Amino acid sequence: MSDQLVLSELPKIHGAMAEFDSPEELVEACKRAYEAGFRRMDAYAPMPVSGLAEALGFKKNRVALCVLIAGICGAAGGFGLLEWITCVAFPHNVGGRPFNSWPAYIPITFECTVLLAGLTALFSMLAMNGLPQPYHPVFNVERFERASIDKFFLCIESSDPQFRTPDVIDFLRDLGGKEVTIVPA
Amino acid sequence: MAITENLDSRELIDPGPDRVIGPGHNYETVTDRISEIVYLPLKKTPKKWYVGAFIAFCFVNLLVLAMWVLFAEGVGIWGINIPIGWGFAIINFVWWIGIGHAGTLISAILFLLKQDWRTSINRFSEAMTLFAVACAGMFPILHLGRPWLAYWLFPYPNSMWLWPQPRSPLEWDVFAVSTYFTISLVFWYCGLIPDLASMRDNAPKLWQRKIYGILALGWRGSAIHWHRYQKAYLLLAGLSTPLVLSVHTVVSFDFAISILPGWHTTIFPPYFVAGAIYSGFAMVLTLIIPLRAWYNMRDLITLRHIEASAKVMLGTGLIVAYGYAMEAFFAWYSGDKYESFMYWNRITGPYGICWALLILCNIAIPQALWSRKVRHNIKLVWIISIIVNCGMWLERFEIVVTSLTRDFIPSSWGTYIPTKWDWATYLGTLGFFMFLIFLFVRLLPSISIFEVREVVHHEQHMERAYEEKL
Repeated sequence: MSDQLVLSELPKIHGAMAEFDSPEELVEACKRAYEAGFRRMDAYAPMPVSGLAEALGFKKNRVALCVLIAGICGAAGGFGLLEWITCVAFPHNVGGRPFNSWPAYIPITFECTVLLAGLTALFSMLAMNGLPQPYHPVFNVERFERASIDKFFLCIESSDPQFRTPDVIDFLRDLGGKEVTIVPA
Repeated sequence: MAITENLDSRELIDPGPDRVIGPGHNYETVTDRISEIVYLPLKKTPKKWYVGAFIAFCFVNLLVLAMWVLFAEGVGIWGINIPIGWGFAIINFVWWIGIGHAGTLISAILFLLKQDWRTSINRFSEAMTLFAVACAGMFPILHLGRPWLAYWLFPYPNSMWLWPQPRSPLEWDVFAVSTYFTISLVFWYCGLIPDLASMRDNAPKLWQRKIYGILALGWRGSAIHWHRYQKAYLLLAGLSTPLVLSVHTVVSFDFAISILPGWHTTIFPPYFVAGAIYSGFAMVLTLIIPLRAWYNMRDLITLRHIEASAKVMLGTGLIVAYGYAMEAFFAWYSGDKYESFMYWNRITGPYGICWALLILCNIAIPQALWSRKVRHNIKLVWIISIIVNCGMWLERFEIVVTSLTRDFIPSSWGTYIPTKWDWATYLGTLGFFMFLIFLFVRLLPSISIFEVREVVHHEQHMERAYEEKL
């Protein structure tokens, strides 16, 4: 009971975090946490781990869609610009060539497509990831600096409806997590 | 942290031509190995670094001087004249942009082809691309005559209501080169983000932590972030692949769409792209071989990387040789007297010595790379790579100068002799390029850390599978 009391006096909790040594252990832990019904959680790794996002129940990656839309806009915009320049804004007769000599516009159209699509690939990825983000509670955990070096972390967030402080810590320990800690918000 | 250890005292083994990473590495050691180069105290930075950076910086000053005189006096200080309007400026533009191409090839095309030897050299080659394109981009602007009006090249609403001519390959160049630079920068930075986070978390000093922290944008390695990140990276690789091919194709159109003998030929786009990759790999080898020796990175940049790069150089060199052969064949087969005269003049005319050197540097000497012994002799590979760099520069010289000096009628023939300011600008950009490279290896992780971690993971997996089999 006294444990409960102390924890409830903490101002705010972001979640509970456990550390793992290998990507395989982390994926396994995420799968089991998902099976146990946890949904609001995130895993942290120093490199991309295949199957990790899927184990957390992440399905909708919209980066490709954004890039496709940007590419189409780039192509249409680039081609449209050249058509407008040569046919509308500045129609200029050079050696009797037609104003709308569209095959000559393809290289620039292509470059505009790649330019817009490429910029969107980076910026849509950053925007959907919520970056740049100057502060995040996970950095309050001292061991977390290993998350970009050699350790793997699972954090179950307090916004999860199943989040109960002592239970969730035991649960993370059961998963084989080391250094289970509360993450202050 | 391992930073306090003396870099030179450790014994580092090159694991040979079959492995991309030395033995005994784990996630932590690769992070330390790569980041300690940046975090090395100033006193422990290799002396060679200081000497090299100083020499490069002197040449940067030469570039500034050459530009100053150019702005004050105009392009008349160069050797260009009528009819030879394109001298060193265009030669160097094509040469530099070609060098950039290997970086994109390594980072994008080899990524799509899942080549394991790409990992340790992609970051460095991408930086090389950026700096080479920056050098390349200077030349056409300096060549404009009134460089301060360079923004006229872009279509923007202006009070004169004038627009650039989008049917001209020179205008295509503006879009191709500016897009290439932008996308290369995006690709490079995208790859750097997770490593900047590692640098932030590994930094020994608070101010370093702050700087890398700002650059890392708060990256925390979330699984969902990684998922989107990988998708974005894959798409960037997919977009860069046709982009890199298009850039040198557009550059070759500057020549091929004109009607000048020796330029007006359909072999130019593929032959220019192959030549670009050829010279780019030569530059990669020229740079990584001393780099890995100075910083003792033989366990991360192994013989496998060097041998594979040498093989790509050999392969693209053969495509270039085919291009030369086809040029000669068509000069004869076309029956066009201007075309065949141009080719004959290239060999026997006033610039014949360049042609002979070009064949020697680009075709004859690199054939030594067929031999495994030569490919495994790192010093020899380094020398060949420098020879190829010179050869490719001579090729650009040949293409630009011989066609312009011998036009259709003898009354419009001329001679081109580069002046000291031509050389000063060229050597200046070389210094600028090298100086940026020196700064880059000192300030940023020159090997992609998180990708090397993936390699370590893969190796551990293989070892475990092997042990289980035993």
